[in-house]
Amino acid sequence: MTRVVVVGNGMAGSRVVEELRARDLQRALDICVLGAETFPAYNRILLSSVLAGKVTVGDIALTPEAWYEQNDVQLELGVTVARIDRTARVVIASDGRTFGYDELVLATGSRPRVPTVPGFTDPGGDLAAGVSVFRTVGDCERIIAGSASAAHAIVVGGGLLGLEAARGLAGRGVAVTVLHKAGHLMEKQIDDLAGGVLVRTLARLGVDVRLRGVPIRYDTAGAERFIVLADGQHLPADIVVIAAGVEPDVCLARDSGLDVNRAIVVDDRMRTSDPHVWAIGECAEHRGTVYGLVAPAWEHAAVVANALTGAGGASYAGSAIVTRLKASNVDLATMGDAHLEDDETAEVVRFVDPVRGTYKKLVIRDGRLTGAILLGENATVGAVTQLFDRGGPVPSDRITLLFPGRGAATTVENPAHIPDRATVCRCNNVSKRAITKCWLAGARTVAAVAGVTRATTGCGGCRDLVAGIVDWMAAADPDEQPDVPALVTLAVS
Amino acid sequence: MTATATHCPYCALQCGMTLERVDDRIAITPRDFPTNRGGLCQKGWTSADLLSSPERLTTPLMRQTRAAPLLPVTWDEALDRVAADVRRLQAESGPDSIAVFGGGGLTNEKSYALGKFARVALRTSKIDYNGRFCMSSAAAAGNKAFGVDRGLPFPVTDIGTAHAILLVGSNVAETMPPFVQHLADAQRSGGALIVADPRRTPTAQSAAVHLQLTPGTDLALALGLLHLAMTDGYVDKEYIADRTTGFDDVWRRAVTWWPERVERVTGVPVEQMREAVRLLGSAERAMILTARGAEQQSKGTDTVSGFINLALALGLPGRPGSGYGCLTGQGNGQGGREHGQKADQLPGYRKIDDPAAREHVAGVWGIDASELPGAGVSAYELLDSLGTVDGPRALLVFGSNVVVSAPNARRVDERLAALDLLVVADLVLSETAARADVVLPVAQWAEEDGTMTNLEGRVLRRNKAFEPPPGVRTDLEVLSGLADRFGCGEKFPADPAAVFAELRRASAGGIADYAGVTWERAASTGGVFWPCPDESHPGTPRLFRESFPTPDGRARFVEVEHRPVAEDIDQDYPLYLTTGRVLAHYQSGAQTRRVRALVDASPEPFVEAHPELALRYGLHEGDAVRVTSRRGTAEGVLRVTETIRTDTLFMPFHWSGAGRANSVTSDALDPTSKMPEFKICAVRLEAVPAEAVQHDVAVS
Ligand SMILES: Cc1cc2nc3c(=O)[nH]c(=O)nc-3n(C[C@H](O)[C@H](O)[C@H](O)COP(=O)(O)OP(=O)(O)OC[C@H]3O[C@@H](n4cnc5c(N)ncnc54)[C@H](O)[C@@H]3O)c2cc1C
Repeated sequence: MTRVVVVGNGMAGSRVVEELRARDLQRALDICVLGAETFPAYNRILLSSVLAGKVTVGDIALTPEAWYEQNDVQLELGVTVARIDRTARVVIASDGRTFGYDELVLATGSRPRVPTVPGFTDPGGDLAAGVSVFRTVGDCERIIAGSASAAHAIVVGGGLLGLEAARGLAGRGVAVTVLHKAGHLMEKQIDDLAGGVLVRTLARLGVDVRLRGVPIRYDTAGAERFIVLADGQHLPADIVVIAAGVEPDVCLARDSGLDVNRAIVVDDRMRTSDPHVWAIGECAEHRGTVYGLVAPAWEHAAVVANALTGAGGASYAGSAIVTRLKASNVDLATMGDAHLEDDETAEVVRFVDPVRGTYKKLVIRDGRLTGAILLGENATVGAVTQLFDRGGPVPSDRITLLFPGRGAATTVENPAHIPDRATVCRCNNVSKRAITKCWLAGARTVAAVAGVTRATTGCGGCRDLVAGIVDWMAAADPDEQPDVPALVTLAVS
Repeated sequence: MTATATHCPYCALQCGMTLERVDDRIAITPRDFPTNRGGLCQKGWTSADLLSSPERLTTPLMRQTRAAPLLPVTWDEALDRVAADVRRLQAESGPDSIAVFGGGGLTNEKSYALGKFARVALRTSKIDYNGRFCMSSAAAAGNKAFGVDRGLPFPVTDIGTAHAILLVGSNVAETMPPFVQHLADAQRSGGALIVADPRRTPTAQSAAVHLQLTPGTDLALALGLLHLAMTDGYVDKEYIADRTTGFDDVWRRAVTWWPERVERVTGVPVEQMREAVRLLGSAERAMILTARGAEQQSKGTDTVSGFINLALALGLPGRPGSGYGCLTGQGNGQGGREHGQKADQLPGYRKIDDPAAREHVAGVWGIDASELPGAGVSAYELLDSLGTVDGPRALLVFGSNVVVSAPNARRVDERLAALDLLVVADLVLSETAARADVVLPVAQWAEEDGTMTNLEGRVLRRNKAFEPPPGVRTDLEVLSGLADRFGCGEKFPADPAAVFAELRRASAGGIADYAGVTWERAASTGGVFWPCPDESHPGTPRLFRESFPTPDGRARFVEVEHRPVAEDIDQDYPLYLTTGRVLAHYQSGAQTRRVRALVDASPEPFVEAHPELALRYGLHEGDAVRVTSRRGTAEGVLRVTETIRTDTLFMPFHWSGAGRANSVTSDALDPTSKMPEFKICAVRLEAVPAEAVQHDVAVS
């Protein structure tokens, strides 16, 4: 029996365990997962919804503990791995317990980066009172507890995570200011024009953004807590949430001598420099890329599960990245090389309506969509995302990617404008021409027209339209005295 | 001549109509029946045309050898041949060497008699029917969740009182036009219609929200809507606690389907999903209705479970003016699946592997339970096995045109050709009948009495208005005549009232209990909703008010996970094909392609494509195009329309020959319902070279 040990029970770690069991129906693998967090696996990305007060921590559980029992998987919560002995093939936990493995999967994720700013940490190196990072259930609970009595919050970092935290706190009635080091928000994902539109959108939602806002101190004066900015300004800050980026958690790998660059270096099978050690999720670096999203982490998990069970598809070629901001009333999607401005090789299509908070940009190369930003009104986001994912040809009419087509649903108000051959009654396949002919032949009411043509006798949805045509015919022919309608018999074939 | 009140022969709405002979014509007048309220679509208005069609068969046909032509014979010659061949094949290869294939258009009596005929006269387990291609996924999911499968657990008129309606994969404006009145009722009083469909169909065009999803991603959509219902606070926790079980396991799946993830899979913008959930969740009365679009998938059962889960999470089933329902398609799609045409079923929606059910039914049939065969195989599996080493050597078909309506039709052609004996009972020489060794001409709807159970579970009477033409027999007479030859004719009366009386006894105590529905009550205005256990029982228009027919009385959430389609698009086959119906035609078109007005309205097979796609392929409206999958090709005229996704083609499946869409479709089956994946396969599109353009003659 092959013993697989997974370190980290986060999004990637919990996934790979489920993926392994789904493929290993004979239970040929002996699986053990070790997680530092005491909370059973949960959907980390929904912490934003927890912070926004939409769901509770209890709602976001992924794999209940009972599942591990039913599936014969050893689950060790609250166990932090301190060391790997690759020669003996054991991992050693901080409490001294050891776990032998044949195959080891590292899924340690990343940890929040805390800028060195006086007042953010206490002398022991722990986060100071009022200061939180935003990564785990524990962090989230800490922020929520702090926000209960807070009037002002500062969020350090205007990336995806920071903006979701800010939006959530604003929704809780806290006045929020986002401090962002760079010249525009989410500079990794969007361009400065989009950043500008985003600032206005957030302002409407009660989130104030300070660009180039660099905190230099978190301080107290009496009951007041405040942040001091590099430019000397003081901002009230009952609580501070740090969302200033993450560092892949690579200590274990580095200490045990695995190849580590920005993160743990893996090949196309997600294998590290040791053939019995694999790395997935945010702690892995594949072809120079470290991913910070769930979709690639889950792809990694599937690749490793395939590799360890001998299933096909055990090769990874990298992931296309689509980033979606999950903040109520801010609809933002970005993908690919959205920063690009016009150059010789690329075509950029753009629509900007800052007042309504809409910004749309497409980057097209060789007829393929290679990047996009969609902010605000976003009816085409699904089509754009799928085009980007599939690498299909971009429609010759680019506008269709920016604005939804109206399809064939056009309501015609004026009967005069309906083409003669247009179908008026779909249920009985009656054209406008058939109705006008019928009118000319003496059918002067809707009922009479219906008697001859059967228009209106199906779902009845065209009754107003037929009435309109009958009236229009009468109006167009005001002098005509309606003949005594010829006996209208049902046309029965 | 007096007028006869009856119902339309086509879809499950069973519109009320009156038939009357006026001079030498037959006049049709719509009736004010609850489902159609005086409305009829073009199919209904012209339904009498086929009664006097010169294409009707009026004499049995038979061929001596496969190569020989079909020639007229007497009934005795035809039935003797069938009986002799059946006996010979069974002697050589055992009872299961004979298979029976039924249809969802057959009356309750015929469905019942056919199931009984297979088990009692032929002793074969090999019976299934085309309803497998229609409602089987919804049926399976309904049973799992509610312990019962009745398409609509409420009268159709309740739909008009809903404040929000989600229609998934249903184009009622074309497939069931008079039904739209009920949607319109709801809309007139401020109700919102939400439609999920890869095409902006006429139905979708009338909706407040159209979720234009990627084909085959309905289940992801269902999970995403459930996720949003939870995060946006619309989940009815009290209802979940009081009336259901299993929510936690279902939520555990849905928690991984956050809307942004679902958007990427389905192509439906998050904001639209959110709006749909808001409309459903904030409505006092809301309904979720699924149809073939969601169901005809290799994960159709799970997809329906996904939408039932959503309905349960919102607390809809059993609440007035609210709930989940399936829009049954075929005329007797409901009754046809209740009385034993299905491989694993006995009358009354009983399971054939349930010893108590076997005892009961065997008792009614006057045989020993041990003589009853066990469960057979599903429709496509059955067709796929014909003429194979262990497969059936003969097939008897009633009320189905499998050559046109089954998936991967070229395979079906091949299997039918490998049979020793193919017997087809039909009104016209359908494509399947044309391949038969023996063709039996049977009566039409207006020429015989019977009961039908419509999409609401309403048992109603179809009344005989005219005598069938000379030489034509009813299906019940055919079965009776065959049974005679197997020495059990007395068990197979040809009188529908007698068969129905027996059906009532056989169904008594079952889930679909008809015991209290008398022949006369079925004819009364409005019919009777099952279950109706005794004659004093009023019937059950609305199910689930107090409890669900499960062992603990609670509805069950069913844990489901999204999975990809069986055949996704790739470099070689870069487009999805989805299939469906048009207004003027019904199913395989055997009937409607023989009605002049309907052929004029919809003369030929076509392929719908988005203008962008047409441009990319250099194709124009009206071009002859060919759609090719790994299994076959189908040709049609190109219709360019903005109402379809740019990655998807649509073809109606009503035609045969070069225009047969089912030559292309996939035979991947749902593991539970065995529903084929009619709604999605990967294809490529090209122009038909000019010299190869065939003009498919719609009227033969
Ligand atoms: C609030 C929030 C919102 C997000 N929103 C999105 C989003 O919308 N879309 C998206 O794609 N991504 C989102 N992300 C990012 C996403 O959550 C991560 O990309 C994903 O969790 C990465 O998975 P992982 O398993 O690699 O890391 P993690 O989920 O962080 O899991 C790593 C686990 O390993 C454990 N661990 C670390 N070291 C050890 C050790 N030595 N011993 C034992 N256990 C150890 C950690 O405690 C942790 O539980 C969001 C993140 C947050 C915090």
